[in-house]
This record gives sequence, structure tokens and C-alpha cells, in this order.
Amino acid sequence: MSIPLRALDRAVEIVNLKKTFDGKDFVVNGMNLAIPKGSLTVIIGFSGTGKSVLIKHMLGLHRPTSGSLKVLGQEISNMSTEDLVRMRCRFGVLFQGAALFDDMTVLENVCFPLQEHRREWSLKKITEIAEQKLRLVGLDSKHYHKMPNQISGGMQKRTGLARALALDPEIIFYDEPTTGLDPILTEMVDNLILNTHQSRKGMTSVVVSHDLEAAFRIGDYIAMLDSGRCILFGTPEEFFKTDIELVRRFVNKGMKHA
Amino acid sequence: MVEAVARWIDDLFLGMRDSFLNKIKEVGQIGIFFYQAIQASFQRPYRISELIRYMEFIGNQSVFIITLTGLFTGLALSFQIYLGFKLFNAVNMVGPTVALGITRELGPVLTGLIVAARAGGAMAARLGTMRVSEQIDALDVMGINTRQYLVAPRIYAAIFCMPLLTAIFDFVAMVGTYFLCVHLLELDEAIFWEKIANILDPRHINEGLFKSTVFGLVFAVICTFRGFYTKGGAKGVGEATNQGVVQSMVMIIILDYFLTNVIRIYYTLAGIQ
Repeated sequence: MSIPLRALDRAVEIVNLKKTFDGKDFVVNGMNLAIPKGSLTVIIGFSGTGKSVLIKHMLGLHRPTSGSLKVLGQEISNMSTEDLVRMRCRFGVLFQGAALFDDMTVLENVCFPLQEHRREWSLKKITEIAEQKLRLVGLDSKHYHKMPNQISGGMQKRTGLARALALDPEIIFYDEPTTGLDPILTEMVDNLILNTHQSRKGMTSVVVSHDLEAAFRIGDYIAMLDSGRCILFGTPEEFFKTDIELVRRFVNKGMKHA
Repeated sequence: MVEAVARWIDDLFLGMRDSFLNKIKEVGQIGIFFYQAIQASFQRPYRISELIRYMEFIGNQSVFIITLTGLFTGLALSFQIYLGFKLFNAVNMVGPTVALGITRELGPVLTGLIVAARAGGAMAARLGTMRVSEQIDALDVMGINTRQYLVAPRIYAAIFCMPLLTAIFDFVAMVGTYFLCVHLLELDEAIFWEKIANILDPRHINEGLFKSTVFGLVFAVICTFRGFYTKGGAKGVGEATNQGVVQSMVMIIILDYFLTNVIRIYYTLAGIQ
């Protein structure tokens, strides 16, 4: 089920993680998961299985009720706010709706994390790096000075990804990046994730998705969640060969839709 | 039957108790939220440009509406007082009466209500929209202290701008009073100014400015709190804005009474007549 990894090889290590918001129902209920460094891991599962709650724990936006959660070798479940701020500089996140700041242009959105965390850099240098990130995600320079509401959903995702890459993160999280997008845009975003991952050696990518076909296409590893637990972690091939009934049903349904 | 009534009464009182405890809890949460924002504002980087941006929004962009309402408040109030004072031949006291009423009560209260509705509502809606569109989460995961970046500059801006806006309101209202009394009702200009100069003291103006500073703090904290913790989508933003504005307005009116008494007690203790 899970692949034996040395502690140093783990980008994310979750041990018996539990989370309840009301003291009764556990949204995450004894989760165990180890995500290898440098891999592209897709976390899948039905709606309400705790995918989004899990990623918010990894980002330090939620504190677990119990259990351990290490990201890049550091326990973040009980980290102080100051340490968490420093830690998050090593993260990149692409949100479901891109979460661009709507009072800033495309270029300003990408410059923003650099201006906040590289205060010693000149504005010229920051702008150059931001433009380089925007080129990396394939966004044309004619859109750089547009506001987020003046560009398409796909361009917003590209901008969000460029912003997530701005600080050269060691680990990048994608929270349901293709939800609500049409099939063509979905494929474009999937390719973008794959190309970004392949172009940056050593970077770990964690994608939360319900799109099984994309998971098989882009993922080095897939983790399937159910009832707040990881019921299978493995390569796409292992998913096809598994005897776990729920996974087989999910795989069959997902592949039929594809 | 008796049991059912007893249960109904139990439920009623338990509901009231829960509601009261929730309100107390909420006040505590608002207090902690305010403390965290102010504490964060003393840490680097200092958000001076954000502060200036929100001062422009709360202050500059409220000047027109404050001027307009101040002018008509002065006109309406002085005319009503003129009609009343005319009954017992005391029209020369219209100027100082309006001046005292405006500077101590109506100026800060009306400025507070107007700015809470305009800027406070906009603050709650803006932060609420940022919350539901995950922009606040995005700031958090970028390692930016959102209370320092989004909340503290808005609170400071409201605190700094409110006395200035109140001063404008007071001035324009008195211009309206002067215009009505001297030019339309043809009261004696020298007596009008002399009575005001005799009765109105700078501490009356300061009293109003102090109140307005507190009102600025109160509406900014309530509205930013409501916006910051918005839940749900567009409906949640609407509810947060509505709650922020209504609670701010109610608090301004309630606090005005208590502040008036606190100031009276201070004057008594300090021996000021």
C-alpha cells in the first residue's frame, strides 16, 4: 500500500492525523500518508472525503486535532505563527479559483510575493523575475497589465501558477485546479502542471483533484482518500491492479467518464 | 400540558442564555482580533502605503458626503431651534445652542454613522469578498500576516480620519447655521458670533473629536472582523456587510451615551465646570 521511504525522502509525512470541527465527526480520521520528495502526487477521492481539509492542514491553515504532519521535514501541526510564515515561503499554492488579487494587474500579482519576501531586491529585478515566471507558464506579455477580470479563466490559472512559482518553492500545492473548467481548459491546466513539474528538478507537486483520468495521466503517485483516511497510495499501475473494491469502483467510473 | 409549558419556558430561557453567552464570546473574539491586528502593526514591515491608501478611501472619499450632510444638518437644526426659541424670545441663543449640539453630539455621531455606512460597509464587503474568493488564504500561504496587511491599516485609517471628518462636519454645519440665521432669518451677525464665542469652548470641540476617534475605532474593528470571518459565498458577504454596518451604527449610538457620561465624570473629577 505505502511505499517505504527514508525520512529525508519525504516531502510530506502524515501520521495518524485526525481533525474534527465540532468535536464529534472526524473529517480526517487517522490519516497516514507519505509523499515522496520530487514527485508529482495526486490526491483523489469522492466529495466530502477530506481532500480540501487535508491540503489546508498541509498549508498550516488548519491545526489538527491530533496526529503528526511534517512538511519538508518540519512538524507544522504545532508550529508558531512566525515559523509558519517562514515555512510558507517555501510553499507555492494554486487555488481552485486562482485567488488573484483583484485590485492588482497580472504582473503586480506575480510581483507581490517577491516584493513582500525579497525586499532587498530592486523593482526592476522583481519585475524581470515576474515576467520570466509569466513566460514560463506561457502567458503572453500583452496581458501583463490587464486586471484579473479582463482575462480568461485559463489565463487566470496561468497567472496563479506564475505567482505560486515566484519564490521558487520547494513544494507546490494545487487545490482542485481543474474544477469547473471545460475539457479543453482542463487538459491545458493538466499539461501546465506536468510541464511545470518536469521543468523544475527536485520540486514536489501535490495536486488535489477528483479528475481520475488526469490523475493517471500526470501523477507519479496517486493517493485515494475515503472517510478521512488514505485507503490506497501507489503508482497508477498499482491502482489498476488493486483488489480494494471502492478503488476499483472509483477507477472504473472515472475511466468510463474519461 | 404543564410539562409542555415548563419545557417551553426552559427552552426559552436556555435559548436566551445561549444567545447571551454567544454574544459575550463574540465580543471576546472581536477583542482578540483587534489585539492581534494592533500587535502585528508594530512588527516589520510597516504598512505605511496601505495606511495612506485607506486614509484616502475613508477620509478623502467621504469629504463630499460629510460636507453635504453637515450643511443640511446645520440648516435644519438651526431652523428648528430658531422656531422653538422664538416662542420665548431667545433667538440670539440659536447659534451657541446649535454649536454645542453639533460639536458635542451630532457632529461625531452623524459622521460616525455616515462613515460607518459608507466606508465600514465597503471594508466588510471587500474583506468578505477576499475571504470567499480565497484571496485571504492566498495571502496567508504566501507568509503574509493578513491582520497586519489587511486589518491594522484600516483600523488606523479610521481612527485618524474620523476626527478630521468630524471637524469638517462641524465647520460646514456651522456655516449652514450662520447662513440661515444671519442671511435668511436676519439675526444680528455680531450677536450671533459673540454668543458662540462666549459659550462654545475648545473643550466642547475636543469632546466631539475624541468621541469620533472612538467611533472610528469601533466601526473599523467591527466591520473588518465581520468581513475577515465571512463564511459562504455571495450570501455570506451580504450578511457580513449588513451585520458590520448595523452593529457599528448601534454601537456608535449606544457608546455616545456612555462616552458623554464618561466625559462628564472626567470633568467633575478634574474640577472643570
